[in-house]
Amino acid sequence: MLTDKKVQELEQFAKEIRIHTIDQMAVRGFGHMGGAMSICDLLSVLYGKQMKVDPQRPQWEERDWLICSKGHAGPAVYSALSLKGFFPRGWLKTLNQPQTSLPSHCDHKKTPGIDVTTGSLGQGLSVAAGIALAKKIDQNQNQIYCIIGDGESQEGQNWEAIMFAAQNKLDNLILFVDNNKQQLDNTTANICNMESFKEKLESFHWEAEEVDGHDLEAIDAAIERAKNRNGKPHAVVLNTIKGKGCSFAENILKNHHINVSKEQAEDAIDALNR
Amino acid sequence: MSIITAKEHELSTQTMAQVYAETITKLMEENKDIMELEADLGACIMGGKMDEIDKYPGQLINCGIQEANMIGTACGLSAAGKIPFAHSFAPFIARRANDQIFISGCYSDANVKLIGSDPGIMAAYNGGTHMPFEDVAALRAFPALTIMEPTDGVMLKSLIRQLAEKKGMYYVRCARKAVAKIYEEGSEFEIGKANVIKNGTDVTIIAAGIMVAEALKAAQILEEDGISARVVDMFTIKPLDEEMVCKCAEETGAIVTAENHSIYNGLGSAVCEVIAENIPVPVEKVGVQDVFGEVGDMEYLKKRFHLTAADIVIKAKAAAARKRG
Ligand SMILES: Cc1ncc(C[n+]2csc(CCOP(=O)(O)OP(=O)(O)O)c2C)c(N)n1
Ligand SMILES: [Mg+2]
Repeated sequence: MLTDKKVQELEQFAKEIRIHTIDQMAVRGFGHMGGAMSICDLLSVLYGKQMKVDPQRPQWEERDWLICSKGHAGPAVYSALSLKGFFPRGWLKTLNQPQTSLPSHCDHKKTPGIDVTTGSLGQGLSVAAGIALAKKIDQNQNQIYCIIGDGESQEGQNWEAIMFAAQNKLDNLILFVDNNKQQLDNTTANICNMESFKEKLESFHWEAEEVDGHDLEAIDAAIERAKNRNGKPHAVVLNTIKGKGCSFAENILKNHHINVSKEQAEDAIDALNR
Repeated sequence: MSIITAKEHELSTQTMAQVYAETITKLMEENKDIMELEADLGACIMGGKMDEIDKYPGQLINCGIQEANMIGTACGLSAAGKIPFAHSFAPFIARRANDQIFISGCYSDANVKLIGSDPGIMAAYNGGTHMPFEDVAALRAFPALTIMEPTDGVMLKSLIRQLAEKKGMYYVRCARKAVAKIYEEGSEFEIGKANVIKNGTDVTIIAAGIMVAEALKAAQILEEDGISARVVDMFTIKPLDEEMVCKCAEETGAIVTAENHSIYNGLGSAVCEVIAENIPVPVEKVGVQDVFGEVGDMEYLKKRFHLTAADIVIKAKAAAARKRG
């Protein structure tokens, strides 16, 4: 259970992640808004409470790992990392500029705190499984977190990794499915319906539960439960809204990659601050 | 084949994506066996047509984010008589579905037209993970695969219409944005036959894709410096028009290749193979120097990866200087 004070703190953190994400995209005037906004609450719980990391030592051996397999959500992760102190706030203005340390998709060679390079969908969970297996072999206690998109889960490689993780009892691996019901072209239901993740994952011998992905306490409680080491990999299916918290993007079908004008960004940030 | 080159090479008003979408939907209306498959990047090339997906039942299909399965499925569709075109960004066609293209496609005599969009630096802000400098390289050793890179919208339309009639495996690496107009409406192109789009006697620039426009600019600069450069649009990268390469080597005695791709196993390598085996003359390659891509705008990326007219000029002078008296 989170204290009221902690909940308030995480709410504030999530809000700041959203504000900086919108602000980042406004510099160039476009970005992957939808999928960045839907994971901000998760990022708040991870970096604000659950994850053992040290901003001064991004490569710290004892750290927990985060693989954001839906690499196009990079800007949201950059906001969290910057707020946490991994790199100066000023970097956020350089998203997608020539020679930037913050490219549109997560790149571990460029950004302190990014553990694995992603962007070509469907590859992150296998890498996460490899890291989790190595940590188990080495009897290391780190937690390995991985975020995939609901559309991304259509890549067959995910399901190979899901089988592998169960077979190898990777109970140090926690998978988050950002179930925002939309992908690039349309709703996931219209293109390739993935429902139900929970049933699918359970039938693949994972422990899985579904929570409201914008309820900080529910996310935190689900992670607490998923941290048990019972021989099974764990999945938390987050029911989310694509574009959540960005006034001009939320609840719009075509909000995957959109233009972001300075005025729109200001209005959206005002709305968040209200 | 009868080409009419444009007088001015300004940007086309239509994007390449619009040309493709218009052409393929018209083809689907004419022939119900023609299909267009997408892997959740439909909006990026088919644009508003994706909102009319119900107008093309059994023809326009969004498979979801599963490129390998899409291409395997396309091969199955072709085995059962359909004529599928399958699109994704070039890296997700050439890298992600590489073995499906080889086994289910080429080895099995399938009839699938692969459209890989945003080649090379055209991936721009999508950055290194999406910026294929190696798609041609990854596919060039596949027997039974034809590889093409349309130069502008007039050519794209002509090639797509031809592919609807031709049987076999084809990979089309294709820009989505507007590109410089090189040809006038009414030009016809023969797959496997390169076009001489500017005559010259001292050196030949063999280019493909967006590098053709850069080659024309380079030829102009070279002219001012007293070097007469021929420009060849080698839009079919495989099978290469070997006859044209040999002819240019013989007549101009020096070659420069220019491609929006790695200098390894793309157009430049293909030309070098032919030159070395038939008529050794100096060759210089303009292309990406075995490095990964990164984010940026097109102008920045052109400079960053040395893909400008100025880079071609330097190499052309070097090649001409290496000619034996
Ligand atoms: C292998 C691969 N195929 C296609 C793409 C292009 N792409 C980027 S994001 C996206 C949609 C992702 O949908 P989803 O996983 O649901 O992400 P979210 O809704 O969270 O943005 C697509 C098709 C890609 N990056 N990688
Ligand atoms: Mg989604």
